[in-house]
Amino acid sequence: MSAGASRESSGLRRSLLALYLFFTLLPIYWLLNMSLKTNQEILGTFSLWPEALNLHAYLRILTDPSWYMGYVNSLTYVFMNMTISILVALPAAYAFSRFRFIGDKHLFFWLLTNLMAPPAVFLLPYFQLYYSVGLFDTHIAVALAHCLFNIPLAVWILEGFMSSVPKEVDETAYIDGYSFPAFFVKIFIPMIRSGIGVTLFFLFMFSWVELLLARILTATEAQPIGAIMTRTSTASGVDWATLSAAGILTIVPGLLVVYFVRNHIAKGFALGRT
Amino acid sequence: MEWMVWTLPTALFFGVIATGLLGMTIWEVVSPTIERKGFLPISTTRGDRFFIGLLTSAYIHLVVVGFTDISLWLALGVSIVWMAILMRWG
Amino acid sequence: MDKREYQWAWLMVLPVLVLVAFSAVIPLMTVVNYSLQDILGRSAFFVGAEWFEETLNNSRLQAALMRQFAFSFTILAIQIPLGIGIALLMPKRGWQASAVLILITMPLLVPWNVVGSMWQIFTRGDIGLAGFIIRELGYDYNITANAVDAWVTIIIMDIWHWTPLVALLCYSGLRSIPEAYFQAARIDRASKWATFRYIQLPKLTNVLVIAVLLRFMHSFMIYAEPFVLTGGGPGSSTTFLSQSLATMAIAQQDLGPSAAFSITYFLIILAVSYVFYVTIMNMQKEKAAQQGAGGAE
Repeated sequence: MSAGASRESSGLRRSLLALYLFFTLLPIYWLLNMSLKTNQEILGTFSLWPEALNLHAYLRILTDPSWYMGYVNSLTYVFMNMTISILVALPAAYAFSRFRFIGDKHLFFWLLTNLMAPPAVFLLPYFQLYYSVGLFDTHIAVALAHCLFNIPLAVWILEGFMSSVPKEVDETAYIDGYSFPAFFVKIFIPMIRSGIGVTLFFLFMFSWVELLLARILTATEAQPIGAIMTRTSTASGVDWATLSAAGILTIVPGLLVVYFVRNHIAKGFALGRT
Repeated sequence: MEWMVWTLPTALFFGVIATGLLGMTIWEVVSPTIERKGFLPISTTRGDRFFIGLLTSAYIHLVVVGFTDISLWLALGVSIVWMAILMRWG
Repeated sequence: MDKREYQWAWLMVLPVLVLVAFSAVIPLMTVVNYSLQDILGRSAFFVGAEWFEETLNNSRLQAALMRQFAFSFTILAIQIPLGIGIALLMPKRGWQASAVLILITMPLLVPWNVVGSMWQIFTRGDIGLAGFIIRELGYDYNITANAVDAWVTIIIMDIWHWTPLVALLCYSGLRSIPEAYFQAARIDRASKWATFRYIQLPKLTNVLVIAVLLRFMHSFMIYAEPFVLTGGGPGSSTTFLSQSLATMAIAQQDLGPSAAFSITYFLIILAVSYVFYVTIMNMQKEKAAQQGAGGAE
């Protein structure tokens, strides 16, 4: 292949990627655009950018506790869920990747079936269950409910990462006199650091974006931001600017998480022995 | 527990499933399964056949309930026979 | 397999089992209990299989099921190839790689109902960019009145929302391939297609399994996005299964029928996913067997 053809094809690749990125960013840009306008401007004139930067909507959200507590609540249960999920999933994933035991394959598939259970199926029993154990409207209730799909996901992804670590690593460590807990914490976990990073990203993502369960399990004390946002639509019309600003702010925590794990993702993972 | 509105038939149903799982586990401890190929398109272990049996039985019941006037007891009977065939030759 | 048999491994799995069972088994049992009874406030009557009969013969639900399959397979057919394509196009290193990665991931981090709101704003004829431009071009675009418009919009929204997941997983899979493989391919003068087919695609199998299964399951449960964007309309042209279920369970408080519907719904997902899972696992097993026979150590 000649250098010219290669440059040409790389130019084509760049434009295709740019086109896709444009498609990805356009709706987000539009939301940002709306959030910086006043409601009069949104409904009055159609323009591709705001006439003047108007941070009113953001100020309102960031200074009114009934608004910003929504973000705090969401982040609280998301981090609770991430902690619980990763702690229980690590040993389980190790067991699945290294050992055979009775029912292992069926247990694994059963875990996966919980990813398939539509949250809508469980709404009423969940409400009843958490109400009867006195956890209704607490952060931990939502964190536990999200374990339904996040623990299986964590086990699934971590198992893939662990299987790509050769078994000889374990055996060498035992010969060197490491006990299992010492080996697991000091040698094995550092080896799959990327895997843990990637898993945490997925755990954050799926807990952060889920709202059906989060909404039915909370009332006022632990209400997620997604539920508070419905306040913007009232009988007198929709407060487009505030809705847009709140929407833009929901993307920010996730962006921080991606920023931290970007190198782990870019390092690559094949998940398991290929 | 009251909110779970248990009734005798569902309690029996879950009892049977739990006993089945327990039985399969004990059987597995006593004599471990060997993966083999029967009339099913994939090679299966005993546990796989048990799961496939339960899932297909659920579908047999759904079809009978939804689209025919045949008694459910007959569906249950067919399912048990099907389960036996599957476990033996599947 | 080369795994060691070790029954105490059960202890490592136990915490997962307990937590997931608490969140899954108790509610599932309750749903089964509901499905056989007529529940009015505090009293419940045993009605047998009546709700199942009603659900299975409900033509609205049958239509929703057909729509659901059409939707799920359409988005899979678009998102999987598109995701692989994007992953192949993404820069491999440097700050561009990080930047593209972060930008591409953005749609995944938006809460699902916000995705709906975002696209509602984006496609409105009066204040939305897409809606406004399409109307200016002379097409009477209206997702609240035209079923085709609503369908196409929901599919584009889902592509926008979820293709990044496929791209992200594939990108990581591709990045795990040692550079030496590509050098070997270059020395052999392998074509681009051959490199993709025999080097890159095999390495992607595992991540693609996750991508396909996750995409199927999530698309089959899609609820918040179309609910916010179109409300299931116009008519019921974009009412998918989860929304029909939520309407029954929450709006109408029909516990028994919605429980029967839940179980049927779950059995369908279970069967389809099991077939997917077994097929893929079997493909991998055969591949491993071939490799084992070819390159015995």
